[in-house]
Amino acid sequence: MSATQSSACDGPVIHFDNVTKLYPNQSRPALESVNLDVEKGEFVFLVGPSGSGKSTFLRLVLKEERPSEGRIHVAGKDLARLTNWKVPHLRRRIGCVFQDFRLLPQKNVYQNIAFALEVIGKPRRFIRKVVPEVIDLVGLEGKRDRMPDELSGGEQQRVAMARAFVNRPMILLADEPTGNIDPATSIGIMKVLDRINRTGTTVVMATHDAAIVDSMRKRVIELEYGKVVRDQSRGVYGQAY
Amino acid sequence: MRAQFIFHEVWIGLRRNLTMTVALVVVVAISLALLGTGLLFVKQVDNTRTYWQGRVQLSVYLCTAAIASPQCAKNGPATAAEKAQIQQQLRGLPQVSTVTYLSQGQAFAQFKQEFAQDPAFVNLTNRGDIPDSFQVRLKNTQADAGIVAESINGAPGVDQVLYPSSILDKFYKLLDGARNAVVVIAIILIIAAILLVANTIRLSAFNRRRETSIMRLVGASNFYVQLPFLVEGMIAGIFGWLLAAALLVAVKSLGLNALQGYFSFDVQLRSSDLIEVIILTLIVGVLLTGATSFLTLRRYLRV
Repeated sequence: MSATQSSACDGPVIHFDNVTKLYPNQSRPALESVNLDVEKGEFVFLVGPSGSGKSTFLRLVLKEERPSEGRIHVAGKDLARLTNWKVPHLRRRIGCVFQDFRLLPQKNVYQNIAFALEVIGKPRRFIRKVVPEVIDLVGLEGKRDRMPDELSGGEQQRVAMARAFVNRPMILLADEPTGNIDPATSIGIMKVLDRINRTGTTVVMATHDAAIVDSMRKRVIELEYGKVVRDQSRGVYGQAY
Repeated sequence: MRAQFIFHEVWIGLRRNLTMTVALVVVVAISLALLGTGLLFVKQVDNTRTYWQGRVQLSVYLCTAAIASPQCAKNGPATAAEKAQIQQQLRGLPQVSTVTYLSQGQAFAQFKQEFAQDPAFVNLTNRGDIPDSFQVRLKNTQADAGIVAESINGAPGVDQVLYPSSILDKFYKLLDGARNAVVVIAIILIIAAILLVANTIRLSAFNRRRETSIMRLVGASNFYVQLPFLVEGMIAGIFGWLLAAALLVAVKSLGLNALQGYFSFDVQLRSSDLIEVIILTLIVGVLLTGATSFLTLRRYLRV
């Protein structure tokens, strides 16, 4: 109980307590009895083959899905006790990056990033100040007026990362962020994620990319058929690969 | 900032499915106009009823030399004694409030006044053509008119008993029927409008699913996600209402006022009646589009 009361600073930012997720009409659970903690400021790789439960894990953290069993705490909040109208406030503390970038094609770089602040009602003066800062952070100086289709895949992913980070979230979830990007460009993406991580933001990245995991030497959580089969600090993708 | 952002989103939404929006505006306009016309009919009928309620409710026409009905042919013109007898009998009835005698001279003067626009008709009529009568006011409603008429009909010296409701009932039936038809069509169209609003909003939500999914992802509140759609529906409703208001003004000034021209009595609808109806249709229109958008969004834009 006291964990819920105490501020988000001291407890783990993500806490899974015996979490099982069973989708309707499926015999095998997507996640089964998962126990894990992610501490503030950590960089975590979530690895495992397709269907191992990585995406389900991320969706549960965002409260896009509810667990069938078990408890989840995110940023000090018990998700089971979070009312629907409070969910947006949870999501403001979590940034998201996807394999397919999910940019708005009719908006330019600046507008795409500003959109994330506009829709949560931030004042215009604040937006004018922070958006250029974050554009610099992800390395898109001088490209603020480009449209998404004028950018390379790597650049589009940088825009998506800027959008996810512009509100200074506590957690950044990245679902295969390098999945559509060639290895050379991926290194740049990982540098940006690392830079974001150094600001104190917890980063959880689901990936298939063994080379990246091996080169970063961060904590690795491996899922298989919905179960945690390995949780290793400073780990590699896996011996078998 | 917030307002500007929302109106920008609304503008994009309305522009992106323009054909749907136009269809929506037209259907809302027609359904509201029909509803309003129905209400104007109701008011017209009410006004006509109160007009007659305050007037003479029963006329007992007496026999004169000029009248050749079988009733009068038997007895001849009503004598002074018969008239006194009739008046006494009427006064004795519990339903009757006042009885006044209208002489032939007075009746002719009234006739000339009522048909003043038609001098040819007046010239053809002689002073003695219009019989004298007793004008009877009833205590309660028009319902008693039949009873009073029954009891005095056939008394010596009485030619015929007329009461306006016997004539107006047909007219009322016509107006009531027209009103009911208009209201039924309006209700059908309102249902169509509701379905169209739901569809338009659904299409709009589908067109902007990228935006809304990102909005939800970055933690925009439901209010922020839904408001542009809600405003979109309501703006279509307001445009529809503006068109409907114009149509209603036309209905009143061209339709109902022209209808009035056929009757010699003066029961015009006032402008305040029209304004009342227009305001009512505004409320119906905004509620209709707003509530439908809201309910549709609850289904399609969940957290």
